[in-house]
Amino acid sequence: MKYLCLIYDDEKRRATMTKDQLDTMIGEYGAFTESIKKSGQYIGGEPLQPTQTASTVRVRNGKVSATDGPFAETKEQLGGFYLIDAKDLNEAIQVASRIPSAKTGSIEVSPIMAFGAQQASSGTA
Amino acid sequence: MTEPASARVREQIDTIYRSDSRRVLATLIRLLGGFDTAEEAMHDAFTAALDSWPKDGLPQNPRAWLVSTGRFKAIDRLRRGARFDAALAETATRIEASAPPPADLDENVEDDQLRLIFTCCHPALSPDARIALTLREVCGLQTEEIARAFLIPAPTLAQRIVRAKGKIRDANIPYQVPSRAELPDRLDAVLHVLYLVFNEGYSASAGQSVTRHDLSAEAIRLGRLLIELLAEPEVMGLLALMLLHDARRLARISTEGDLILLDDQDRSLWNLDQITEGLKLVEQALASRRFGPYTLQAAIAAVHAEAPTASATDWNQIVGIYEVLLRADPTPVVELNRAVAIAMRDGPEAGLALVEAILARGELADYYLAHSAKADLCRRLGHIPEAIAAYESALALTTQSPERRFIERRLTKLRANLRNR
Repeated sequence: MKYLCLIYDDEKRRATMTKDQLDTMIGEYGAFTESIKKSGQYIGGEPLQPTQTASTVRVRNGKVSATDGPFAETKEQLGGFYLIDAKDLNEAIQVASRIPSAKTGSIEVSPIMAFGAQQASSGTA
Repeated sequence: MTEPASARVREQIDTIYRSDSRRVLATLIRLLGGFDTAEEAMHDAFTAALDSWPKDGLPQNPRAWLVSTGRFKAIDRLRRGARFDAALAETATRIEASAPPPADLDENVEDDQLRLIFTCCHPALSPDARIALTLREVCGLQTEEIARAFLIPAPTLAQRIVRAKGKIRDANIPYQVPSRAELPDRLDAVLHVLYLVFNEGYSASAGQSVTRHDLSAEAIRLGRLLIELLAEPEVMGLLALMLLHDARRLARISTEGDLILLDDQDRSLWNLDQITEGLKLVEQALASRRFGPYTLQAAIAAVHAEAPTASATDWNQIVGIYEVLLRADPTPVVELNRAVAIAMRDGPEAGLALVEAILARGELADYYLAHSAKADLCRRLGHIPEAIAAYESALALTTQSPERRFIERRLTKLRANLRNR
């Protein structure tokens, strides 16, 4: 089953990191990504630019509006994601707990909705 | 079969429903892979039993019969539904292909009950949902009963249960007993659910009656079941704690429904069987050397239970246990209780200094027991205006009628005292 892990952390922290701290973080993320690639749990994942570069798009009455900034102002900001393959929520939580930012921020783990396969997957719980 | 004989069988089916329906359900959830399918299957199985047992007599192993009948009925249902949804046929085939050998039915029964408990208390579910789901699925209480006990509308509670089951299915929360490494954390979550259910019964958070005893009895029943399945020290500690508190139930409330403090309770009303059972469990848990906060709280309750009179209470020992508890569970509430115990051992002055220091930090500013503890110590020291002010703060913070009446009685006395001076 697929789960999306959204990584939320205080982006100000990232902005004020020293070069050493930044290198350590990049190293930890590299090792983590490598480990879930090896275990076959990795499907995809990317870091994001800071939320000041984000835009929010809406279409109302056929009119497109794009506004500056993220959809919601939050204390911790969406900074990246992993899409993983795990056998159940326990395994997904276990993987998410090893994402380096889990120690400082929060990881939101959401199951991916699989159309058509719902009935089949619910039978394996 | 003759009429009286078949009436007897129907009674036996009733008894089996009460004693075994939750176990049958726990196994069916594993075999069928879903709460709703399993519940339907269990009801189909009991309906089939009502139909055939009065004619054919009881099967040799009623529970195994119910599980295997439930499983076949579920496969039937899925096949019938397959005309509208092809995926159901696949599910039916998969369930059929993983047919359990008959022996499996009985050997796995205890594991299945544990699977059910741990799934209902999964940390990914909201705390409210864990309580509702545990009472519904593990204890078999009706949605209306649970709603009444928690003073919330039945549709709200039903919605909570539906949502929790939906999350178990859609997020794929596994039907598993946690691994050794996860067990301590996951067991904590289970014990916390039991503790909350017990407390809701023991000191209802709102409303007329202080004890809604059914909930406490249900929590004790669950504690006993959990010990049979998983004899961990903290399970013993929590069961002991619940038994020792519940043993004082009759002495705790007057016939008018008013609260009676520990000091003023008629100790001959305490339930000795429960105390004996509780004391034995505390000793066992302490001997394991792997005990935690529940065992320590039970040990404190045990010291009270062993005192023949309030004045004979070994406060020195209680203060000592609070010191250990404060290290294991460093919360302001534990600190407050320790301060009260110190007041009992060394006099109200020593306790008041500690309680005032805790209140000054602000964390317990909204906790009515902190204010009423201060009020009581001031009262004992003869600081009447301070006692009145603190009781007034406490009164503003509690909604429970018996507690309110207790504080109001104290206030009336103190105000009369002040006028007569």
